[in-house]
Amino acid sequence: MESKTFWDWVSVILDQYWPMFLQGAGVTMLIAMVGTILGFIIGLIVASIRTIPVRPQDHQVKKAVMSVVNFLIAVYVEVFRGTPMMVQAMIVYYGLMEAFNIDLAPLTAAFLIVSINTGAYMAEIVRGGIDSVDDGQFDAAHAIGMTHWQTMFNVVLPQAIRNILPAIGNEFVINIKDTSVLNVISVSELFFVTKTVKGIALRTFETFFIAGIVYLVLTFTVTRILRYIEKKMDGSDSYTIMSSSTMPENGLKIKGGFENR
Amino acid sequence: MSEQHNNKNTVIEIKGLKKNFGEREILKGINFDVHYGEVVSLIGSSGSGKSTLLRCINLLEYPSGGEIYFHGNNVLTKGYDITKYRAKLGMVFQSFNLFENKTVLDNCMLGQMKVLKIDKETARKTSLKYLEKVGMKEYINAKPRQLSGGQKQRVAIARALSMEPEALLFDEPTSALDPEMVGEVMKVIKDLADSGLTMIVVTHEMQFAKEVSNRVVFMNEGVILEDDTPENIFNAPKHQRTKEFLSRSLNQY
Repeated sequence: MESKTFWDWVSVILDQYWPMFLQGAGVTMLIAMVGTILGFIIGLIVASIRTIPVRPQDHQVKKAVMSVVNFLIAVYVEVFRGTPMMVQAMIVYYGLMEAFNIDLAPLTAAFLIVSINTGAYMAEIVRGGIDSVDDGQFDAAHAIGMTHWQTMFNVVLPQAIRNILPAIGNEFVINIKDTSVLNVISVSELFFVTKTVKGIALRTFETFFIAGIVYLVLTFTVTRILRYIEKKMDGSDSYTIMSSSTMPENGLKIKGGFENR
Repeated sequence: MSEQHNNKNTVIEIKGLKKNFGEREILKGINFDVHYGEVVSLIGSSGSGKSTLLRCINLLEYPSGGEIYFHGNNVLTKGYDITKYRAKLGMVFQSFNLFENKTVLDNCMLGQMKVLKIDKETARKTSLKYLEKVGMKEYINAKPRQLSGGQKQRVAIARALSMEPEALLFDEPTSALDPEMVGEVMKVIKDLADSGLTMIVVTHEMQFAKEVSNRVVFMNEGVILEDDTPENIFNAPKHQRTKEFLSRSLNQY
């Protein structure tokens, strides 16, 4: 008992508590995934609202409403980007409980906080994505009579989203790590579980070493998967020459194009 | 809609059109009309306002003043259906502006389906018809980034034609092309002109203005200086400024 090495402890802890680590990793991934997806949707909505054009010839009411909405959006983005998520978690979880008597389950609170927090970042990321789409794309869509929203959904957002995929992946990875702050509201994610295991096993170094490895595996796997999705979304670099005499399946395959990317 | 304003064969009539960008006056009261089947070339040096005029016509730029009549109705009236109006005016851009996320075929089908609410099969047939006309039918599965400039512009023309518009606006359609590719695009535009389509073409191709169009409008510093037949403009320009511009444009090689 007295002469256990580092690796001995690691294997003992893993042997006894692996279901807890696994469960913690599961909760962490669940929160990160839900938070990133909902946050992305929030960001998409917020950034899209910001693109609604206000022209000099528009009605006064529309102008007033739009300036109020844009102000609220700016406040939202600034507040949630400008304060730590740990503080947001405490305020939302205990604030809702004390001020409104709403007793959220920790996991529900976790989804809420991570989504809103991610949404603030995503709003800026999506805005950057929309800005990265050439103005000519808007012109062309408007010129054939498409409305603002038809243009956004069919032309601009698909291109914007493709452009910001790396940034979205980045947010996902950050969320996997940052869910650890939710231990302050007793969400049983990986960090919280690790603390519990440490309390039972009374080995700090080894327990957190295991947690570190688990985090690394999670983030590494997610990064690879996202890279793969990006490649898939870019589609094939080849296209098929269609001619009236040949059927599509035996048409000529052209590899690449003028801009080989 | 009744023709309250002008005779039947006027498509677009512009009265006192003004456009300011901040303090800068780009268009200083333009009067201009286009009749059915006319091919009008807008020429003039850079900054003369010809592209702005074209963009004002389909309201990509909102005019600061004046009136634009389409079949006798002022399109700047509140409540006028701008998207419907734009669908009836095709536009071809200098930088092509094909939808980068769509294939060649989808570029042509999108407007028909979303704006004109045409069913998929019909939209596909119409698109194929016009893609064949511009010689791009073989490339329906290609994405814009896989095409050359000339090919992109021909697809852009097919996209505009697929909406079966009443008039086509061309904004320097060959200015961004390699010299070698200017010919293939110009040929398509010339064929369209010969087919009787109403067109307004902002161009630096004096040859085109001279040979294909049946009216040439010379713009200078936000006003129309001359509006006449190609013969009169090229052989007997009335203004000194027109003479200068033409001699510089024609003797550049």
